[in-house]
Amino acid sequence: MVLSARGLSKSFGAFSAVRNVDLDIHHARVHALIGPNGAGKTTVFNLLTKFLQPTAGSITLLGSDITKTPPDKVARMGLVRSFQISAVFPHLSVLDNVRVALQRPNGLSTQFWLPASSLDRLNQQADALIETVGLKRERDAVAADLSYGRKRVLEIATTLALDPKVLLLDEPMAGMGQEDIGAVSNIIREVAKTRAVLMVEHNLSVVSDICHQVTVLQRGEILAEGDYETVAKDERVRLAYMGTEDA
Amino acid sequence: MSDVMHTTSTARTGRSATASRTYAAFLGIGLVLLIVAPLFFYPIFLMKLLCFALFACAFNLLLGYTGLLSFGHATFFGGAAYFTAHAVKEWAVTPEIGILVGVLGAAALGLIMGFFAIRRQGIYFAMITLALAQMFFFFCLQAEFTHGEDGIQSVPRGHLFGLVDLNDTTSMYYFVLGVFLIGMIVIWRFINSPFGMILKSIRENEQRAISLGYSVARYKLGAFVMSAALAGLAGGTKALVFQFATLTDVGWQMSGEVILMTLLGGIGTLIGPIFGAGLVVTLQNYLATSQFPVTIITGVVFMVCVLVFRRGIIGEFYASRLGRRLGFEHRR
Ligand SMILES: Nc1ncnc2c1ncn2[C@@H]1O[C@H](COP(=O)(O)OP(=O)(O)OP(=O)(O)O)[C@@H](O)[C@H]1O
Ligand SMILES: [Mg+2]
Repeated sequence: MVLSARGLSKSFGAFSAVRNVDLDIHHARVHALIGPNGAGKTTVFNLLTKFLQPTAGSITLLGSDITKTPPDKVARMGLVRSFQISAVFPHLSVLDNVRVALQRPNGLSTQFWLPASSLDRLNQQADALIETVGLKRERDAVAADLSYGRKRVLEIATTLALDPKVLLLDEPMAGMGQEDIGAVSNIIREVAKTRAVLMVEHNLSVVSDICHQVTVLQRGEILAEGDYETVAKDERVRLAYMGTEDA
Repeated sequence: MSDVMHTTSTARTGRSATASRTYAAFLGIGLVLLIVAPLFFYPIFLMKLLCFALFACAFNLLLGYTGLLSFGHATFFGGAAYFTAHAVKEWAVTPEIGILVGVLGAAALGLIMGFFAIRRQGIYFAMITLALAQMFFFFCLQAEFTHGEDGIQSVPRGHLFGLVDLNDTTSMYYFVLGVFLIGMIVIWRFINSPFGMILKSIRENEQRAISLGYSVARYKLGAFVMSAALAGLAGGTKALVFQFATLTDVGWQMSGEVILMTLLGGIGTLIGPIFGAGLVVTLQNYLATSQFPVTIITGVVFMVCVLVFRRGIIGEFYASRLGRRLGFEHRR
């Protein structure tokens, strides 16, 4: 177990968005977090990555308590997230986006006296990542010019650049075409061989395809847990969430 | 789709090659003009201009490249003027050491002010810097070594490295020009460095930078201290040019003036603030002898510029058809 949360709760004023959530994320497994809109999935991500401070509960990452750790430190410890609304650096090229992610792990982020060309030694690593996610043709394009789906792929590349131990992906396939969905599924399956992945996903065929474990969230609370078959059979889940879709 | 990508990217690389040629040409012309300028203009005026241009560029390093609007930069400019003046007058150090004292003092003040202000955003950041700058102003009014209302008078220019007599106006001009160029090179390198790249990414998307593990506050603090140190370089040099350091340079009006210069010239362009400073200093110079109140004129000029040139003079030029044909690109 690499990441676990106990009794995680978050209130915004009187509204409680997440209530008493327990989660265990394991190495080399893909864990899906699903639930209807507004269930609190993104809030759970914000809590785990410490972009939000939990109202109650505790979080443990790789054996250390991170309940009070700032978000940049959590990222440096190996828990890296992507955002629901694609987060790239819009006016930088695809290559530069990946290089920015590589700068810190390569100890090349504080030198204010070196020329920008000193970053060229990250190119090989960056190109390999760009190749992995299939962005080779767009390498020198400005990120803002990419299509929505390509931006998401770029964000995955920058996330992988940190070689995280735990990967949190918030709807990585939203807005993607069928082709890209297949490609990204393969990437996730591949990277999950050596890391833990927690992903929010609305596309249930993707969930059944690549996820080992599923947690269903509803109105901030865990409704059901287990592998896809178990969860899909659960009456309450069918009622609350899957009833409308063909599971 | 991919073809579109491809043409866009070649267009971009082609453009930036033109841009670097154009930059090189402009740089060469600018340098020559600066070298021969004392033949045509009053040297003291030129030196004042260079000091303020450097000050504005230092300020722009913070505003244009990290998006932080400081309302307290007079602290670093005026503070360094006091430190340098004190060092060369009371400790009898050579001018370059005196300026170094000013720079280090300004950097230390920057570290303190930055520490308190950096976690605040927008108007709160501006208010905190203003409040701390006012505290420093009163410190300068009360402190022993600043001599209150009188300021530090008759500061000796001394001999550069103990060799070159800076009381010779021509030598002094080229010394100031050298300081200015060093400052500009430092700024240019700072922006185009691995550190500068992280600053750029923070400005582009702060949340993403955090999620990549960057301690955003530390990078901003680094930029703040660098900006303060360079403002100090300008202030210390100015103290040697005019041979005094007074309360004028630490007052809030000075903080306002540098904002004005930067906005006039164009935020986030390397040379915009130089033009802004040139315009303001020239106006002040010519209006000083006239009956017109200077502040009203600069105020009107500022209003006209803000209305006509939203991106600042140089920013508009870059964005204009001619500017784009020459290969410039405005980033905002
Ligand atoms: N910063 C905030 N302040 C107040 N309320 C918030 C805040 N963030 C989220 N909420 C509320 O918390 C609830 C859960 O939001 P959250 O974004 O976590 O849902 P989600 O499961 O990710 O939904 P979606 O599938 O639409 O992305 C929503 O009702 C939302 O309005
Ligand atoms: Mg969400």
